[in-house]
Amino acid sequence: MLIRKAEDIRPSEITSKSNYLNRRNFLKSAGAIGGSALAGPALSAVVPVEEHAKIPNIATSRFSKEERNNSLEDISTYNNYYEFGTGKADPHKYSQKFKPRPWKITVDGEAEETGTYDFDDFIKPFDAEERIYRMRCVEAWSMVIPWVGISLAEVVKRFKPTSKAKYVAFTTLHDPSRMPGQRSRVLDWPYREGLTIAEATNPLAILAIGIYGEALPNQNGAPIRLVTPWKYGFKGIKGIVRMSFVEKQPRTSWNLSAPQEYGFYANVNPDVDHPRWSQARERRIGTGLFADKIPTRMFNGYGEQVADLYKGLDLRKNF
Amino acid sequence: MNTLQKVRWAKPVIFLLCLLPFLLAVGDAFNITGGLDANPVEDLQDRFGNWALRFIMIALSITPLRKISGWNWLSRFRRMLGLFAFFYVLMHFLVWLILDQGLLLSAILEDIVKRPFITLGFAAFVLLTAMAATSTAVMRRRMGKRWQQLHYAVYVVGVLGVWHYWWQVKADIREPLLYATILTVLLGFRLVSHYRSVARHRKSGEKRRAVPGTP
Repeated sequence: MLIRKAEDIRPSEITSKSNYLNRRNFLKSAGAIGGSALAGPALSAVVPVEEHAKIPNIATSRFSKEERNNSLEDISTYNNYYEFGTGKADPHKYSQKFKPRPWKITVDGEAEETGTYDFDDFIKPFDAEERIYRMRCVEAWSMVIPWVGISLAEVVKRFKPTSKAKYVAFTTLHDPSRMPGQRSRVLDWPYREGLTIAEATNPLAILAIGIYGEALPNQNGAPIRLVTPWKYGFKGIKGIVRMSFVEKQPRTSWNLSAPQEYGFYANVNPDVDHPRWSQARERRIGTGLFADKIPTRMFNGYGEQVADLYKGLDLRKNF
Repeated sequence: MNTLQKVRWAKPVIFLLCLLPFLLAVGDAFNITGGLDANPVEDLQDRFGNWALRFIMIALSITPLRKISGWNWLSRFRRMLGLFAFFYVLMHFLVWLILDQGLLLSAILEDIVKRPFITLGFAAFVLLTAMAATSTAVMRRRMGKRWQQLHYAVYVVGVLGVWHYWWQVKADIREPLLYATILTVLLGFRLVSHYRSVARHRKSGEKRRAVPGTP
């Protein structure tokens, strides 16, 4: 227990920043040659099955934040994914054998188009975009992650929700034989999350399919997960197998586990403390042992895009 | 070699063993023996907190072990083990104070007052500090009966420590539950042996007060 196992990912395996920036420049210029990404034909998202293969045709996004990205090592070795264990290192350790393909996603509920889709078919109609987002965990730490994702608003539109659809509910795979953490009942499996339709169609919300231009690592929620950067990280449900359009507010996993501590909205809010710790400041991962915490911003700094969604809502009550 | 000599030999060895988790943590912090995880402050704090709980349990297990085995020399290690428990609590506290809170007084006071799990941990730290400060033979002699009364606080420290951990975790209570179970056994042993000795004294018709088990 005293002696730490060498991490499976060596620093040399991680994309250096210069390489990474070069690739982005290359992609930008490639986009320029091919004409405007928006005006051109659909870029159709594809995630190659081969390990460490690059996701092709990634568009850039105006929603990306130019900040110092966390290393892939930080992003993929420090995770909360209780399906693979409750320790921060557990998801990396216990998800190595997990096979995220083949993968089916069921869309059901109050929508005109429903059905079960293979992952590749599910993402194909949409553009893969790079979105560099801050992620603020409810545990008062944060990272900057260069996601690759598809717009959730576009996904929702595609299935044509009816007027009865007020919320979108998501469910994670429930398979204790593949997800060893589900063998203990620390949470009421399967993991469940949800958004209002307005939140789900906000341009910031994405379904992530990659990080650093490659397929999502298993421990980060392969093959597809939700990312809502103005909310605490636990809203970002991983390993999604079901998306349901529903009329009533869906129950969500952490809210079921501790309703006084985790609300449905879970918007990042420095003024509303978690009952057991302050949310005023956060520790940015990757800044080392002696760095100070940084102040947490309302809606994690994304207020410009999302504050309108909560007009007239008491954010203290609806935490 | 008689027992006393053996104890004298064993003491520095046990001292070094007890220091090992600290040395490894420092080695990891400076990337000599390995490394800390992506959240190094939390990693250090958790390690010291865990070792603090372990040493409290180890120190509390000396008396039951001694009574069961009859190895009275065990009690010669008790003070050192108790002081190591204090040492790891102190390290846990200092990492929180300096590295986590950055010595920001307002945040520190707010945490101690407003966060019950931190209040519990802080109370345990204060009690252990008082015990460590009075742990010398001189203090023991000088304080007389009051010394024993003060040092019974280790039972309270055990309860506060486990409670502090229990309230800190989000959903997975398995580890705090394990500590709670060990603590229940260790304190339960004392309770049982206390009532047994009371019963024995009553039976033999003795008037003198039963002496409760030492911590």
